[in-house]
Amino acid sequence: MKDIRLMKGNEAIAEGVIRAGCDGYFGYPITPQSEVLEYLMANKTKERTGMIVLQAESEIASIHMVYGGAAAGKRVMTSSSSPGISLMQEGISFMAGTELPCLLLNVVRGGPGLGTIQPSQSDYFQTVKGGGHGDYKMIVLAPASVQEMYDFAKLGFELAFKHRIQVMVLSDGAIGQMMEKVELDEQVPRWTDAEIKIKSPWATTGKTPDRERNIITSLDLNPVKQEIININLQKKFKHIQDTEVRFERIQCDDAEYLFVAYGSSARICQKAVLLGRERGIKVGLLRPITLFPFPTIELAKLAKQVKGMLSVEMSAGQMVEDVRLAVNGVVPVEHYGRLGGIMPAPDEVLNILEKNFIKEKSYEPHTN
Amino acid sequence: MSHIPTKDEICEPENMVYSRTCLLTDNALSYCPGCGHGTAHRLIMEVIEEMNLQADTIGVAPVGCSVLAYDFMNIDMQQAAHGRAPAVATGIKRLYPDKFVFTYQGDGDLAAIGTGETIHVCNRGENITVFFVNNGIYGMTGGQMAPTTLPNMKTATSPFGRDTETMGYPLKITELIANLPGTYFVSRQSVHTPANVRKAKKAIEKAISYQKLNKGLCFVEIVSNCNSGWKMTPLESNKWMEENMFPYYPLGDIKVPK
Ligand SMILES: Cc1ncc(C[n+]2csc(CCOP(=O)(O)OP(=O)(O)O)c2C)c(N)n1
Ligand code: SF4
Ligand SMILES: [Mg+2]
Repeated sequence: MKDIRLMKGNEAIAEGVIRAGCDGYFGYPITPQSEVLEYLMANKTKERTGMIVLQAESEIASIHMVYGGAAAGKRVMTSSSSPGISLMQEGISFMAGTELPCLLLNVVRGGPGLGTIQPSQSDYFQTVKGGGHGDYKMIVLAPASVQEMYDFAKLGFELAFKHRIQVMVLSDGAIGQMMEKVELDEQVPRWTDAEIKIKSPWATTGKTPDRERNIITSLDLNPVKQEIININLQKKFKHIQDTEVRFERIQCDDAEYLFVAYGSSARICQKAVLLGRERGIKVGLLRPITLFPFPTIELAKLAKQVKGMLSVEMSAGQMVEDVRLAVNGVVPVEHYGRLGGIMPAPDEVLNILEKNFIKEKSYEPHTN
Repeated sequence: MSHIPTKDEICEPENMVYSRTCLLTDNALSYCPGCGHGTAHRLIMEVIEEMNLQADTIGVAPVGCSVLAYDFMNIDMQQAAHGRAPAVATGIKRLYPDKFVFTYQGDGDLAAIGTGETIHVCNRGENITVFFVNNGIYGMTGGQMAPTTLPNMKTATSPFGRDTETMGYPLKITELIANLPGTYFVSRQSVHTPANVRKAKKAIEKAISYQKLNKGLCFVEIVSNCNSGWKMTPLESNKWMEENMFPYYPLGDIKVPK
């Protein structure tokens, strides 16, 4: 029989990481994601699977605890919301430089500063373009449902270890807090220490006579070697761009106009597509699931088919830059966003699409 | 005239009373001649070898002059961000409670940027061992003022001496953490004379062997010289350390198991 439950997004990902065989969670409370730590604590993970859960003294400590565990080959994670993720950036950059696998979760709230606890998508740049120092990227997964919050726990760890990279689940306050039904799957066993030595031979597990010592460092003071390290990182990111793009096409086959949106905004646009179709507008939605790697090729293909694209984000226009790069001027691309924790309504975004591309037929280049 | 032994004769096996531990690599140390870091490395590695812990040891060294410790210590090591070694070590130890986990940190690292992590790792009573090399200065970045810099001491960022009115007082972080119930063994040593080296080694032995007891954090401070940063010869710096550092940072055990 299927195991189906009604859960909050934050609870779903917490249950997801337990079942994905996570070894350790280190985190610090912040709204709207504290349920992750609370759920893990309440679920006695130590007794259930042996998973360690620790409330750290700060997000800085959390991310460096993750660093230590990851560098020793364990499946580890942290979660936070925007201000806390800002604090973690140095640690994330160190993990990028040492190619350590881990799972990170940002349940985004509105900024800048302390901002608001309401949902937002204004951390796209920080997440996708690399919020810490140096040339690096993370794999970024954008869930649009509670089910995906759950699913991306396991997928996230798989991708993290497949590519030795940090995987960020970029959610938002709405997806984290809303309740939906979730189908749960079987418990994945945690790796034994013997399995870790085979799966991650680079990990610092104690130097045994059969191998050289393992060193985890992002330092190389020789610029020639440091450039090679960077070139190899870029090759990895390119490989990920070529092989790991994920997206969902909703009513795209005959679409003349296109919404591009991820996460909560995609849910709103999905409804707007239905409304549009009722009004006789052939509108579709492309929902990027991976924000890095971005579905650039798919958007370039759709640019040859549609007459205009509206990128809908709860931000002042961040992802729209990547949409425009993909479309490369072939069709007009406009942005619509609400700020400060406000979510747009489906008819609101549909009206904007109509106003931009249908009612005023002549195209004026965007000015923002 | 009696026979003067050649170098080869002196090196005969029956004459060998000491050799370098195999847990130090062949890489030439990057420390300034006369600096205490090298001796501290050697003692820690000797004890790990003598206790047969190489396969169980994971070390963490953050930034500071000892950032390249992994080049010299023949064990698995992680390089950590400035100040964050206690958090990194916590992550390792919680997931590998049976391994021997230590950090090796400078005073800028442990008592300035990483103060929060230092206090909390001690307060949680993490079963790790902290080696703290206090030279009263930021050696690596060129001799700037540290939280441990003595009053009136001249550094690159206190060129007229540390003015406690505007720059605060030297932080006795070791006394501070000894007050926390999470610490089990806390000692302050130096490595500038053979007698002090022997005492320091005893403290290091305790701090390593006590980790197995799971009774809390073990902490060994080594008050050390930074002849380059202090702008002295190694001999002058050791003398200055005895006369100025030791009165403020007195040597000896600060907290011992009951
Ligand atoms: C976030 C960050 N800030 C500043 C630095 C520069 N930095 C490197 S080492 C160091 C001070 C090290 O002093 P200490 O910990 O006393 O070690 P020592 O070199 O004296 O042994 C500083 C400020 C850095 N690497 N990272
Ligand atoms: S700068 Fe100071 S602490 Fe660093 S190696 Fe030289 S003497 Fe030692
Ligand atoms: Mg120092």
